[in-house]
Amino acid sequence: MPVRVQTEDFDIAREIAALRAANPKVGAVASFIGTVRDVNEGDAVATLTLEHYPGMTERALEGIVAEARSRWRIIDATVVHRVGELRPLDQIVLVVVVGEHRGDAFAACEFIMDYLKTRAPFWKKEQTPEGARWVDARVADDTAAERWAKPKRDAA
Amino acid sequence: MADRQTMIKVLYFARLREDLGRSSEEIALPGDVSTVASLRAHLMTRGGAWQTALAQGRALRVAVNQEMAEPATPVRAGDEIAFFPPVTGG
Repeated sequence: MPVRVQTEDFDIAREIAALRAANPKVGAVASFIGTVRDVNEGDAVATLTLEHYPGMTERALEGIVAEARSRWRIIDATVVHRVGELRPLDQIVLVVVVGEHRGDAFAACEFIMDYLKTRAPFWKKEQTPEGARWVDARVADDTAAERWAKPKRDAA
Repeated sequence: MADRQTMIKVLYFARLREDLGRSSEEIALPGDVSTVASLRAHLMTRGGAWQTALAQGRALRVAVNQEMAEPATPVRAGDEIAFFPPVTGG
């Protein structure tokens, strides 16, 4: 299953092994893990609670992976995103891309994360000493995603 | 009960769910609602938190049948429409 939303933690080694299993054409594995920081905008963060839109979130993630497959030469990809209450040091999100060569695997991995941040329906609420607050969307995330809207560079 | 064929399902997420005090509702498709924009305007006529939370200028995203939508996206009976703030996952 390439895309999962779950409360449980994940194990990157297991996810990579699953993608590589019986696939000797794979020559590159690129991955990203997002984790919970103990500070945001200058305030201590005790917990981070993630909400999603069951159904649409999975579809959005599948759409993003399909888009990555159409833009780059990759063999497979996995996205795992956690929801519920998390704490500093916890893992939030995993993206693994396998391909024949590193260039496309790196690019597809970064693309999937940038699009996930701006297009997949997840919302974060953080508990700070000042009380609970919803995390605001960041302009930097929009800027990161917009890079990919430009015509694809013809990297060989 | 109204005929199910005339109903729409409306969902609210994150800050919007809290501001409006509900996560979902089924309502009869109002006669003056044919798009996302007109549904938003219709819900705002409820006043109070609805008027504030759905006001123009508030950063808001809308999905129709689990696809991102625009103000002009059509809304029809049987549709599932979701209102939510800009996403912050990852």
